[in-house]
Amino acid sequence: MAAVTETLDTVQSVTQSGYKWGFETAIEMDFAPKGLNEDIIRLISARKEEPEWMLDWRLKSYAAWLTMEEPRWARVDHPPIGYQDLHYYAAPKKKAGPKSLDEVDPELLKMYEKLGIPLKERAILAGVDPDTVENTQIAVDAVFDSVSVATTFQATLRKAGVIFCPISEAVREHPELVKQYLGTVVPTADNFFAALNSAVFTDGSFVYIPKGVRCPMELSTYFRINARNTGQFERTLIIAAEGAHVSYLEGCTAPQRDENQLHAAVVELVALDDATIKYSTVQNWYPGDANGKGGIYNFVTKRGACRGARSKISWTQVETGSAITWKYPSCVLLGEDSVGEFYSVAVTNNHQQADTGTKMIHVGKGSRSTIVSKGISAGHSNNTYRGLVRMLPGAANARNHTQCDSLLIGDQSGAHTVPYIESRNLTAKVEHEATTSKIADDQLFYCRQRGLSEEDAVGLIVNGFCKDVLKELPMEFAVEAQKLLAVSLEGSVG
Amino acid sequence: MLDIRGLTASIGDKPILKGIDLTVPAGEVHAIMGPNGSGKSTLGYVLSGREDYTVTGGSAMFNDADILAMAPEQRAAAGLFLAFQAPIELPGVNNANFLRTALNAIRRAHGEPELDAVQFLKLARAETKRLAMPDDMLKRNVNVGFSGGEKKRNEVLQMAILRPKLAILDETDSGLDIDALKIVADGVNALRGPDFSALVITHHQRLLDHLVPNRVHVLAHGRIVRTGGPELAKELEKSGYAGLIAEAA
Repeated sequence: MAAVTETLDTVQSVTQSGYKWGFETAIEMDFAPKGLNEDIIRLISARKEEPEWMLDWRLKSYAAWLTMEEPRWARVDHPPIGYQDLHYYAAPKKKAGPKSLDEVDPELLKMYEKLGIPLKERAILAGVDPDTVENTQIAVDAVFDSVSVATTFQATLRKAGVIFCPISEAVREHPELVKQYLGTVVPTADNFFAALNSAVFTDGSFVYIPKGVRCPMELSTYFRINARNTGQFERTLIIAAEGAHVSYLEGCTAPQRDENQLHAAVVELVALDDATIKYSTVQNWYPGDANGKGGIYNFVTKRGACRGARSKISWTQVETGSAITWKYPSCVLLGEDSVGEFYSVAVTNNHQQADTGTKMIHVGKGSRSTIVSKGISAGHSNNTYRGLVRMLPGAANARNHTQCDSLLIGDQSGAHTVPYIESRNLTAKVEHEATTSKIADDQLFYCRQRGLSEEDAVGLIVNGFCKDVLKELPMEFAVEAQKLLAVSLEGSVG
Repeated sequence: MLDIRGLTASIGDKPILKGIDLTVPAGEVHAIMGPNGSGKSTLGYVLSGREDYTVTGGSAMFNDADILAMAPEQRAAAGLFLAFQAPIELPGVNNANFLRTALNAIRRAHGEPELDAVQFLKLARAETKRLAMPDDMLKRNVNVGFSGGEKKRNEVLQMAILRPKLAILDETDSGLDIDALKIVADGVNALRGPDFSALVITHHQRLLDHLVPNRVHVLAHGRIVRTGGPELAKELEKSGYAGLIAEAA
């Protein structure tokens, strides 16, 4: 017992100063006035130089949102959110959209450098030798508050026929694709936060991989909330045409602030016949301080549609940040023999709350899904896995396997598992396994007897616990994620 | 090397060690024998700093440092190694990674440069080869799915890699067949030298045939009731502890 108490103390003492991405960047900003109404939406649309149809889409979403209520079913608790007290548009001041990195505010570049983001072309994520082979190159789209500030590797990607650009640009340059797919996976009125996002989304990434193309590099977006009292509502749309293949990474941070900030993103993925989309997230929004003050409300709707036969969508997430996480990256498995995967590590510490999981909706014959969820709760936090596996009547011989493991650190934290399983096809198979364990004193003592500090021992045990998920991450991200786990729980590594 | 004076310790309010006096000079291997419940394992845990035990009196000096005042990892860095009677499983933690992290922590404590993965594997493979253990021992997760014998051998492998100055082997021979027993004995014998000492807790004479101790101590009811040369173990094998304990009481 004593060892664990001590761990808790260590964890608590270091996490108070443990968030190293909490800096703020002094940049001249262009804000929309606080509050939300049709005029604000018109203003956002105008700033984005959007066509009329886009504005109509937003206004319809807004009208739907007005009739909706915040969902109350998640195991999270927060004071009412003042939706009229937020800025819905905040952008670094600039003359025109940056054409190259030279035009980007140097303060911004400095910030991305601090975040360790390889913004400059040829720069590669920390820890990787720049001389290594081409496939370790990563194209980056960086979103700062409401706008995308720089997208790298455009030329290389264009050559392969891949479109990777800010979604605001896609609305202008590729309206036919955006019109065809936007809102088809997550309808505008899908849920309260998705409707809000549809009304006010400001930027995000757009990816189109044409038929038969294997994207020549990893694509990546870094999101950063910087300005005070802003919400960030990014929208990402990824389409993999027949036989296409893409791996997409997403990382997020925010400054340390006393007030809560809202992040309500929508991500839509579409995979056609034989296409594969791998979507990896390392979410490290500011989690609030040790007493639960401040931090990001991360209310996100992520969903992928496996529309084609043998298509595959794989979600991998490492969630260590945010005061509250409400997020269920899901797969709608329409295609015959389509495959959905969800690999998740969610860490909560101090007063963080996470209610996260997935939905696997099996429609197509022979569709398969795998869910591996690892929840780690420390401090006074609550960590809930909530997952739905639904086998529809047509899902003959569909299969799902779910593995849900929870690890508790200390005796003040909570782990909850809420699986919903619905099967309407007798040939479908659903398996669910769940475990809850604690880091045992004898494990800690064993490690310390071999010379490891208590912090290193916790880090090692936690990383071991998460191994099945971490191995799904692209290598560069896996290293980052391991470090992040250590920092989230101990604070000293970095 | 190790100098224990009047050591008393309890678990909860139950006294287990009731005044241990024991000196293990550098370069010597001492065996601790005694009936179940006499405090043998407790002695190993107390020396290595397990927090369930409270030291209530006495002292334990290790190379002139008061080890009882150190955290377990500091004791490890000072060169103390405990081979566990029931080695602990660490799911998902690869043996090689675990050992490299441990070795580097100890090296850091000594101001020595850390070993990278390649350097470490070279060293570790040399040890597995020397101990006639399969290479995959390093790849597997720490003690997960290991048979009882494999767990004990893994303890010996860890000892060989971490190179302690004082090894405490807590019934490492229990449940081993004769070949495995020989591996354990060879593991300790290979480390023998002027800077290495060992406390070997055992129930069986047969380990001591391969691992001839300088001294044998008999622990009963929390005290050392008799000390002798290797012949004492042979005598115990024949006549048991009963006579000794009665004699001491």
